[in-house]
Amino acid sequence: MKRLWWMLLAARAGALAAQTPSGDEVLQRVDRNMFAESRIVVSQMIVHGRRETRTIESRSWQRGTADAFTEYLAPARERGTKMLKLGDDLWTYSPSTDRTIMISGSMLRQSVMGSDLSYEDMMEDPRLEHSYSATVSGTEAVDGRSCLVLDLTAKVEGLAYHTRRLWVDGERFVPLREDLYARSGRLLKTIRLNDVRSVEGRWVPMHALYRDVLKDGEGTEFVITSVGFDAAIPDYLFSKAALRR
Amino acid sequence: MIRFLLKGLLRDRSRSLFPVLIVAAGVMLTVFLFAWMRGVEASLLRSTAHFSVGYVRVTTRAYVAEADQMPNDLALLGVDTLLAGLRRRFPDLRWTPRIGFGGLLDVPDARGETKAQAPVIGLGVDLLAPDSPEREVLRVGPSIVRGRVPARRGEAVISDALADRLGIRPGQTATLIGSTMYGGMALANFTVVGTVRFGVGAMDRGAIIADIHDVQTALDMETGAGEILGFFPDDLYHEARADSVTARFNARHRSGDRFAPVMGTLREASGLSDLLDYITMVLNALIAIFVAAMSIVLWNAGLMGSLRRYGEIGVRLAVGEDHGHIYRAMLAEALAIGLAGSVLGTAVGLAFAYWLQVHGFDMRPFIKDSTMIIDDMMRARVTLGAALIGFLPGLAATLLGTGISGIGIYRRQTSQLFKELEA
Repeated sequence: MKRLWWMLLAARAGALAAQTPSGDEVLQRVDRNMFAESRIVVSQMIVHGRRETRTIESRSWQRGTADAFTEYLAPARERGTKMLKLGDDLWTYSPSTDRTIMISGSMLRQSVMGSDLSYEDMMEDPRLEHSYSATVSGTEAVDGRSCLVLDLTAKVEGLAYHTRRLWVDGERFVPLREDLYARSGRLLKTIRLNDVRSVEGRWVPMHALYRDVLKDGEGTEFVITSVGFDAAIPDYLFSKAALRR
Repeated sequence: MIRFLLKGLLRDRSRSLFPVLIVAAGVMLTVFLFAWMRGVEASLLRSTAHFSVGYVRVTTRAYVAEADQMPNDLALLGVDTLLAGLRRRFPDLRWTPRIGFGGLLDVPDARGETKAQAPVIGLGVDLLAPDSPEREVLRVGPSIVRGRVPARRGEAVISDALADRLGIRPGQTATLIGSTMYGGMALANFTVVGTVRFGVGAMDRGAIIADIHDVQTALDMETGAGEILGFFPDDLYHEARADSVTARFNARHRSGDRFAPVMGTLREASGLSDLLDYITMVLNALIAIFVAAMSIVLWNAGLMGSLRRYGEIGVRLAVGEDHGHIYRAMLAEALAIGLAGSVLGTAVGLAFAYWLQVHGFDMRPFIKDSTMIIDDMMRARVTLGAALIGFLPGLAATLLGTGISGIGIYRRQTSQLFKELEA
């Protein structure tokens, strides 16, 4: 009888292990859900600074994971400012100076428009499976959703965050929470994602709260106003000439 | 009696020349070192006031805690109103707003692409208002190496060394890349109309100075300024007056709001308090060591003189001269020696100090990587204090040395004198 009980227990454990995908499989499914051949996003970035809150509106065209073109629409001071990312290079264009400046070196660590995001964050390869290996360390509920907790460790050099902990919705494969750590183990940033909606067959978090824990302030909200996938984007947009247009 | 003593001193060089030279050397060193240290202190205070915190400084309470990082997101707003109030309440000081910032200066090529780029420390100062003290305080005009002082909006001057590094000449345009008050990227074009050398290493390595209104526009802080600086009209730091102005201002602005204005003195705001206390302590120690060392040397010289004059003193006692009279005569001799040595030492010390005050000593090779705001030229400062500081201890040390060695006179027994003289 006792032997039978042990056999049943072992069979149950085996079935559970078979149900829980590996960390790398979860990452692949997250990336598959989140990324498309192209994406056009209109968004608002609400920066809760130490002194006041500012809202910055922008429209982005993204091609694959390497190229992106962003035009800032509001406020008036930022209107017409553009950013172009081509692979590992990033440029910004300011209409007031009519200059195109390459952002590199220490400038990459600067904040984007005073937000809790840095240019370095923008330069990251958004497909986590390319840069991190993952293990599932458990399950936890976030905002009432059952999540798999993933521990990510960098598998390539030169990343801004050496380790990450990701809470991924086990059903929709959308991250709902993320903690980003330095190589020393120090927590650098936290991200909370919510308002997950189905858009063109994908689950998309329409609201995110980024917090740079080394800064004062209430963090930066990122709100997606509209998003479209796999639309045709003209190639000329991903050229430096487009910055001045 | 005095003439008798002076004649004795002049005729017996071993009694006068050696002690006078010792006193003169000690006094000279003290005067020179005192003047030099006062010069360094004054230079440090002046440079720090001019290029950093003024003699008093108004900022927000939040700004003070992070002032080293020039946190313009914590800057004062509504600066014009605050300035008007300061000028009305404290007309004895000259008030001016400033914005300190860091960033990159980017020089474009013919196609507008980056040709050269370097980090800069920037100052937005009131360069264009006719009544602004800034041109005088920062010595922008006399510091021009090439080109001219900005005369209109959109113009700036940069360090001459920075201009060389970037390959930019007066008349060319450069783009400042910095952070707005709200943390966003700020880009602004300036026409570089001149290059400057202030003689302050921290500024001369890579600085840009532009009119404050241009900097306000560039950094999105239209009514703001990081700080408002107050300068005394004679350009000297009056600590008691600075304390008084600060106390009166802060008593009126007691709000707990972290963006409320607060005033601090140069000593508080610059972080130089400990250094200034240290300089004073070193000067006091210098004088104490001088007096002690000179006393020991002169005591020793007195002892040697007493041995050499053993017979003379014995004869003087034998012919009936009083112990006290001989002792007082020796003290009078010491006074004359001390006076002569102190006058000579003070004169030579002041002469050296004056030379250093006028010509200075080029410290550039020693402080080329220093971030301290201090003149490259080290200069002494000749003051009345420097003249007295060696003179009085010079006299005191001579009297003390002779006073101690002369006590031996009282130990001579009249009954033993003839036996000693016979021997």
